[in-house]
Amino acid sequence: MNNPSTSIQGKNGHHDVARQVALPFKKSVEIAFKSIRVRFFRSLITTMSLVLAISFLSFINVSTDVANGMLATHDSAFRQALIRSGYDLEPEENSVGNSPKQQWLVILSLLVCVVGIVNAQLMAVTERFREIGTMKCLGALDRFILRLFLIESGMQGVVGAGIGALAGGLCALANAVLRFGFNAITTVIWQDVAVSISTATGVGLMLSLVGVLYPAILAARMQPVEAMRVEH
Amino acid sequence: MEDTSNIVRVTKVTKTFQLGKAEVHALKGVDLEVATGKYISIMGPSGSGKSTLFNMIGGLDKPTSGKVFIDEVDVAQLDAYELAWLRCRKIGYIFQTFNIIQVMTALENVTLPMIFGGMSNDAAVDKGFQLLELVGLGDRFQHKPFELSGGQQQRVAIARALANDPAIILADEPTGNLDLNTGEEIISLLKQLSQERNVTVISATHDIKMLNVSDQVVWIRDGRIDKIENREELSISVGQIDIRE
Repeated sequence: MNNPSTSIQGKNGHHDVARQVALPFKKSVEIAFKSIRVRFFRSLITTMSLVLAISFLSFINVSTDVANGMLATHDSAFRQALIRSGYDLEPEENSVGNSPKQQWLVILSLLVCVVGIVNAQLMAVTERFREIGTMKCLGALDRFILRLFLIESGMQGVVGAGIGALAGGLCALANAVLRFGFNAITTVIWQDVAVSISTATGVGLMLSLVGVLYPAILAARMQPVEAMRVEH
Repeated sequence: MEDTSNIVRVTKVTKTFQLGKAEVHALKGVDLEVATGKYISIMGPSGSGKSTLFNMIGGLDKPTSGKVFIDEVDVAQLDAYELAWLRCRKIGYIFQTFNIIQVMTALENVTLPMIFGGMSNDAAVDKGFQLLELVGLGDRFQHKPFELSGGQQQRVAIARALANDPAIILADEPTGNLDLNTGEEIISLLKQLSQERNVTVISATHDIKMLNVSDQVVWIRDGRIDKIENREELSISVGQIDIRE
């Protein structure tokens, strides 16, 4: 006779504790981390484009912060130096924003980065079809697979964007020192710099997640049959 | 009350694939009953519908018409959660290409289905150790698949298939990628484990060595079942490749 607690009884049973299929969050983080570590070199290359794009974004933003810091001192020497270095300043203007050209450049670099991430993740899904299909044969729900890919991409995104944002910020500060002398950065408002670096990291993380969304959904919808026999 | 119930029941199943403009009739009306605890081999040439039937039984595909019952539950009526539960708890799969997850160690591979089934990590690791000991890989639990031979990988797959104490083990050409001797070992291991644990084993295969251990052999040809032979009716003699003494 069948033991009722271990058999399926039709549609209204799937909330029962005895019939749950689960993947604890901690475990999915562990699996995602190990996936990255095993494919470290490949992850590195994927993340590289993100690092570069985000460091560019961060560079632009922190440079603007430095310029604003310099302008706030109302020091005319600083003002002259800024105008000579290319900033367009009307006589009354006391703060500087991003020029349209700069904005365009940043947006373009971010777009290229996203396309690169989508491509890399699509390749990863195609390569791992057997792994995904096997997991489904072991009882993984669609959303486990989605979760794994999102966490993986999120981890790469945070690390890559974090490194990029920091690197970009430091480059901007170094650039300011080289151009305008050390005094230029003593006047900068550090809160603004912190905000710039954090937003750059956030943008990078978001791009990483957006880029992986389509491939991850594809992976999650994959049928386990694709993991089965290789057709002769 | 029946002594043996049918754990798998296939009634009038047909399956038609649409390949471009052509229709491929993979299964043309199959009826099959598998009693609990038996060791069944499904044999047939390539293209006979063997793997299609296999996929039906394993809940991996739905028939175009007809019904597949696993433990008297219609597989086509199950939703995604219940299907996942079925695959996690009731059925263990073994593949020709082993399909061990390459990025995880042997122990992690064996414990993965247990994690999906809601077991705590510690309990899972303990049970994983036991299962690996059972298949003879107790000292290789930390090895990754690329550090294991084909036969060892298949043993890990067998241990993994037994992870959640399933009622059925579905083996798709388990010895397809193995040499004669290793294949022999795997087959006897499967038979031994299935007897010890009273697990029904359904295996789709080309391998004649499988006939020795099967309780029933289902011959399938051209999308239909040709004949079903019980063990007493089988007569096989298998040669052996060995070193000349």
